[in-house]
Amino acid sequence: MFQKLTIEDCLEVERRNLVKESLSEIGRVDGVLKSFITVLNEEQIEVNEGPFKAIPIAIKDNIVTKNIRTTCASKILENYVPPYDATVVRKLKKAGFAIVGKTNLDEFAMGSSTERSAFFVTRNPWDLSRVPGGSSGGSATAVASGEVVAALGSDTGGSVRQPAAFCGIVGFKPTYGLVSRYGLVAFASSLDQIGPMTKSVRDAAILMQIIHGKDEFDSTTVDVKMDFLSHIEQGIEGFRFAVPVEVYEYEGLDKEVAERFEECIKLVEKLGGKVEKVKIPTLKYAVATYYVIAPAEASSNLARYDGVKYGLRIEKAGLKETYSVTRTTGFGEEVRRRIMLGTFTLSATYYEAYFNKAQKVRRLLANDLNAVFDRFDAILTPTSPIPAFKIGSITDPLAYYLMDVFTTFANLAGVPALSVPFGFAQGLPVGIQVVGKRFEDPKVLRIGRSIEKFSPYNENGRIPLPVVRT
Amino acid sequence: MRFKTVIGLEIHVQLSTKTKAFCSCPADVFEMPANTAICPVCTGQPGALPVVNAEMVDYAIKLALALNCKVNEYSRFDRKNYFYPDLPKGYQISQYFYPLAVEGYLDIDVDGTTKRVRIRRLHLEEDAGKLMHEGDSITQAKYSLVDMNRCGVPLVEIVTEPDLSSPREARIFTEKLRSILRYLKISSGDMEKGALRCDANISVVDVEKKVSSNRVEVKNMNSFKFIEKALEYEEQRIKEALVRGENVEKETRGWDLSTKTTVSMRGKEEESDYRYFPEPDIPPVVVSRERIERLRFSLPELPDQKKQRFVQDYGLPEYDASVLTADEWIANFFEVCVELTKKPKETSNWIMTEMLREMKEFESEELKIKPEHIAELIRLVDRGEISIKTAKEIFPEMFRTGKMPGRIVEEKGLKQLSDEHTITEIAKKILEQNPHVVDQYRSGKTNVISFFVGQVMKQTRGTANPKIVNEVLRRLLER
Ligand SMILES: [Zn+2]
Repeated sequence: MFQKLTIEDCLEVERRNLVKESLSEIGRVDGVLKSFITVLNEEQIEVNEGPFKAIPIAIKDNIVTKNIRTTCASKILENYVPPYDATVVRKLKKAGFAIVGKTNLDEFAMGSSTERSAFFVTRNPWDLSRVPGGSSGGSATAVASGEVVAALGSDTGGSVRQPAAFCGIVGFKPTYGLVSRYGLVAFASSLDQIGPMTKSVRDAAILMQIIHGKDEFDSTTVDVKMDFLSHIEQGIEGFRFAVPVEVYEYEGLDKEVAERFEECIKLVEKLGGKVEKVKIPTLKYAVATYYVIAPAEASSNLARYDGVKYGLRIEKAGLKETYSVTRTTGFGEEVRRRIMLGTFTLSATYYEAYFNKAQKVRRLLANDLNAVFDRFDAILTPTSPIPAFKIGSITDPLAYYLMDVFTTFANLAGVPALSVPFGFAQGLPVGIQVVGKRFEDPKVLRIGRSIEKFSPYNENGRIPLPVVRT
Repeated sequence: MRFKTVIGLEIHVQLSTKTKAFCSCPADVFEMPANTAICPVCTGQPGALPVVNAEMVDYAIKLALALNCKVNEYSRFDRKNYFYPDLPKGYQISQYFYPLAVEGYLDIDVDGTTKRVRIRRLHLEEDAGKLMHEGDSITQAKYSLVDMNRCGVPLVEIVTEPDLSSPREARIFTEKLRSILRYLKISSGDMEKGALRCDANISVVDVEKKVSSNRVEVKNMNSFKFIEKALEYEEQRIKEALVRGENVEKETRGWDLSTKTTVSMRGKEEESDYRYFPEPDIPPVVVSRERIERLRFSLPELPDQKKQRFVQDYGLPEYDASVLTADEWIANFFEVCVELTKKPKETSNWIMTEMLREMKEFESEELKIKPEHIAELIRLVDRGEISIKTAKEIFPEMFRTGKMPGRIVEEKGLKQLSDEHTITEIAKKILEQNPHVVDQYRSGKTNVISFFVGQVMKQTRGTANPKIVNEVLRRLLER
């Protein structure tokens, strides 16, 4: 059954037309799910020779693809056709992967539900009345529902991990600097990182093997070559795990999510891991810090959408008015809110009080985490305090932002973080987050693989996937 | 003196690196067809990222060292945020919090005395594009077009302390800076082409009343002459306001070439908040001590050092030495000439007067004059084969055509007549034809000798050696 195929399965099945199967599956379910903003037709899909030839993959629509419209789910880029490929896209194509389409997201990746797309809402394949999470919600549903074999997302404050958790798949945010951001439309440059969204931890490792590495076009990439696969099955015997007490202190933690988390801790202990509760005092400032730094960078990154060069342009009498009307019309409410916030915190008067202070807290947090990683191999938390919620049910921005309570700290510290499915809460998938030390990405995947392999909710180490009825 | 003028400069220099500051487009975009030297990075395409051009950093360090700055081992890029159509990203990548270099100085020569101008900071940034307005002016244009070729061309910004005390000093400083840029071969320094751009902050202190005017920023001074002219105008305008007891607005004014005045561009209330913050796409610029020392070692002899050497080795006056060393090509030309002539002062005279004048008047891509020309010219004069006057006369032809001076003299029959016998024969005849003037001389009016000199010169079409003519005439008359 095509829908369940992992990348590794594709390598083993006899060569059949996977691209065609993917397109037919998209044709069958995407009218309901709405994972995709753009689906290519068979003639448009580039198939190159390579070890992963013709394996269908989806790309979040904030990663540029040459000659394929890249919208960021924003009206301002609705008709933007990039003149170049992102480095990750180039690498995937070279490995043989066939890009079948571009997936939906919260506009410019600003959101946690994909409800903030300027075009349409994507639905959770486990329960069509619920959000898939976000911002990489389209990639998450496309993988979970089996429209494609795997996908790429981007993660600025949890945007790969949280939708992976909501849709019951694997999502990985690598160490900052491990994967090139060249061609990722910037939201918050110091936090953004591209990551794989897959049906197995091993698939995530396979994609990481392909997309990581120094890129001459992104000077924040680091010159390291990693081996993601050779130790992935070696278990976690003797590994030490930290569980922040802040997780238990968080009032919004769903009861069943907490139960799965406890079960997972028990499993980790059973597998030979040692788990200890630790206090990470700066952790409680992570969301506040994140919501100062990310909008500040965004306010600058999104300045280029001015109607002069590309994208939407609403021509008015003068320059200022053209700018103002173009941007007010082209950006959605959430994007405008963050641009306003960022413009405010960067202004000369408030720079010290907000942006600079947030930078300091960010350094303290990174120091705190380093201290934890001196003693522990990884930190465990639930990925999200709650499972997927009903579309339209969270309207208060602050409540919405608080969903990122367990994810943003990994971006602030630039450390690798994985969400791996572990059972259900109210019939909806729960994700466990494994956070590791900078550049210990293979170890994080190895831990994730052990959880996946021995989870009582998985069958033969394979995560359960939803069946979408139309 | 009742008034004291205080001027500080902010100078932007385009670096002549092979590629732009943060992408691989060519950096020399002058006169290229619009929008032909562009790429995703310098046009601010979504997702594109800047990568620092190492050559640009090296060039800037060289300049910093030549300007006696302290080069920071740690510097950083920041974003300067503002909206304008020539700025595709909506921000300029610059260095605000941690500049590449600080605390330097440049000594300038003002009427024979040395003045030290301190440099506050020197940092790297990228240039913006160019707007072209339909019709005559921005206010009347129906539309404007953007040429992004210049976007991302590397710039160094140099900020001086307010140490300059006259418009002329501002001009001298900028000219000296250009000289250094050219010695270092890091910029054409052409103000007319925008490779060197100068903005100034000027204020005037009323020493008697102990009050200072507000600071006025002056822009659009796109030649060395206009720096001086614009600042002179502004200095005068501020002084007059002070005399009248009026307030001088803190504002930005631009030099208007058509009216030869400065006009207000924007006032204080329109000052922007650039929302500077660290550029997250570029890691800090870390420059090792070794790299700085290697660059220091690679510096050529700079104008001041060369000048000192010219004074010491050639015995030239300070003035000559500074004129000759202002331009490296001239300095080198001079040195080759002296090798041939062994006469530094005479060589310097010919180069400083005749040759520099010709170079100004006769602009050409390729100069035909060679040190051999000057050397031969000096030899001809020394040997008495031509007069200095003749030498000056043939200089332009020699300069423009590249013909050797000896050949020009021969072709035109300008060779100096130094043969005493021939001159005596000519002089005798003239004396015979003018007996009453001879009598005048002999009765004591010896100054009539100039009449005879003139006559001899006339007959010889000016080729007679004046020294010998004088000697011969005196001998004949006093016999
Ligand atoms: Zn370029």
